[in-house]
Amino acid sequence: MEQRALICIGCPMGCPITVTLDNGEILRVEGNSCKRGDTYARKEVTHPTRIVTSTVRLSNASAPVVSVKTAGDIPKEMIFPVMEALKAIRLSGPVRVGDIAAENICGTGVDVLVTKNVT
Amino acid sequence: MKGYDLIIIGGGPAGLSAAVAAWDAGVREILILERDQELGGILNQCIHNGFGLHTFQEELTGPEYAARFIDKVRERNIACLLDTMVLEVSPDRVVTAVNREQGVFQLRAGAVILAMGCRERPRGALNIPGHRPAGIYTAGTAQRLVNMDGWMPGKEVVILGSGDIGLIMARRMTLEGAHVRLVAELMSYSGGLKRNIVQCLEDYGIPLRLSHTVVDIHGKQRLTGVTIAQVDENNRPIPGTEEYHPCDTLLLSCGLLPENELSRAAGVTLSPATSGPVVDEALETNLEGIFACGNVLHVHDLVDYVTQESFEAGRRAAAYLQNRLPSRGRSVPVKAGEGVRYTVPSVVHPDRMDDSLTLRFRVSGVRQGAFLSVWLDGERILHQRKPVLAPAEMEQVRIRRSELEKRPDLSAITVCIEEV
Ligand SMILES: Cc1cc2nc3c(=O)[nH]c(=O)nc-3n(C[C@H](O)[C@H](O)[C@H](O)COP(=O)(O)OP(=O)(O)OC[C@H]3O[C@@H](n4cnc5c(N)ncnc54)[C@H](O)[C@@H]3O)c2cc1C
Ligand code: SF4
Repeated sequence: MEQRALICIGCPMGCPITVTLDNGEILRVEGNSCKRGDTYARKEVTHPTRIVTSTVRLSNASAPVVSVKTAGDIPKEMIFPVMEALKAIRLSGPVRVGDIAAENICGTGVDVLVTKNVT
Repeated sequence: MKGYDLIIIGGGPAGLSAAVAAWDAGVREILILERDQELGGILNQCIHNGFGLHTFQEELTGPEYAARFIDKVRERNIACLLDTMVLEVSPDRVVTAVNREQGVFQLRAGAVILAMGCRERPRGALNIPGHRPAGIYTAGTAQRLVNMDGWMPGKEVVILGSGDIGLIMARRMTLEGAHVRLVAELMSYSGGLKRNIVQCLEDYGIPLRLSHTVVDIHGKQRLTGVTIAQVDENNRPIPGTEEYHPCDTLLLSCGLLPENELSRAAGVTLSPATSGPVVDEALETNLEGIFACGNVLHVHDLVDYVTQESFEAGRRAAAYLQNRLPSRGRSVPVKAGEGVRYTVPSVVHPDRMDDSLTLRFRVSGVRQGAFLSVWLDGERILHQRKPVLAPAEMEQVRIRRSELEKRPDLSAITVCIEEV
């Protein structure tokens, strides 16, 4: 049996979580204060994922860049490829929260969304 | 002189939430004054996610969280003046402000809510003599440059201070292609949230060097490197532990300070522990009709708590304007006992408190398995074991009005940390 100590990154509470594994199989998840923590811990010991937030270039608007995020988790090893792909994106004109900046980024199946209203 | 029922100074999450709550409680003549060109405050540059899980049950980025409250303010047609800097607030609530269109002007307010947020501790935090080459920024300035201006300050980076902005910027600079060599922290523990240590440093293999500080800065025009050293328990560098690190950028993340020049000049009593106003259960300062909430009151790490606190301030300011806020009556001080740095509020008026009251506080050091206790004079009414208590995480307890009403002679409420 193996125990892995994690800190949940689901929210700023940062609950300490212990996952008990037997031959890679998850037996127990303890220490989380909510369901998100359980989901996070299971993913973290099998295939860790992250939300990526960044900015993309914007033209014809009141700001030179606009903030974006991946609409959902992407595999951790895809963070840098996604960052590279974001560099190539140019949006134009007014944008609104929720606008799609890129579809299915790097084949992850996850879209990149604008997170700020810019006129 | 033109006037409003309620003037709110600052259009960050605190000011926006307070405005919404006051409107919903029936106040109509509200004005928000914001010195920036847009509403949203510090959230506009906090493009990372982790906001609003408690308020909206989903994890938002800073600008998205701000946008929700900006929408609420717009739906209610609450007036805002942007690019408008408040210069002065008088004890009888005359607000002096300046902007390009109107020049300097004065407004009379029935009530005022202070929501000016906080600013970063200045570079003076860097305790080194000599000149300062280019390439040294506070972490918040760097955050604004990268996230709002789209400009990277450097390629090889050292960060001094492990506050949240420093940790967030370690990841941000790494994602944008810079190499972050290390984060040095003077204290033996990090000032940032655990989640940020995990997802901003550990994810990218960035070392956190606790009990270390920068002792020398190299470079004439542009920074070329820094020397760091380990410190002893009195925070003095230990000779022989110096290490040289070449870098073109040094970010300082040495904490935040509530922005209270206006409050001080108005005659608002400030707390030495928080650097924010001393307030009571209604979030009212010593000056009648002047309330405070958000980071101007004490530094928050969770925007959800800012929103809760600011709803309360908006609601109480509305009650004051509608003559529904009872007079203060007897007052009971809230004391920060052993292991507790401060509490907000620091005074309670039982006669006008709600059925229960949230006391927010920070501990003064890292403690494991200690008990959080609340004493009403000699009687302990709460004794709760806490697996971990750390200065970086704000704690809260609830106190019931009935407990205070039972004790008409109560002289103090004390919040403290106990070993057993
Ligand atoms: C870098 C950083 C990262 C954070 N990360 C998280 C996180 O992941 N999750 C989370 O929940 N919380 C996080 N927080 C905390 C949260 O964002 C803040 O506590 C919150 O934004 C504070 O809101 P506020 O309205 O009190 O202050 P601010 O947002 O600072 O707003 C104050 C406003 O007042 C204006 N103002 C000041 N003085 C004047 C004047 N004289 N006249 C007119 N206007 C004035 C300012 O321009 C500003 O717009 C983070 C905070 C920081 C700094
Ligand atoms: S377990 Fe739930 S409450 Fe705890 S950090 Fe994770 S998301 Fe937050």
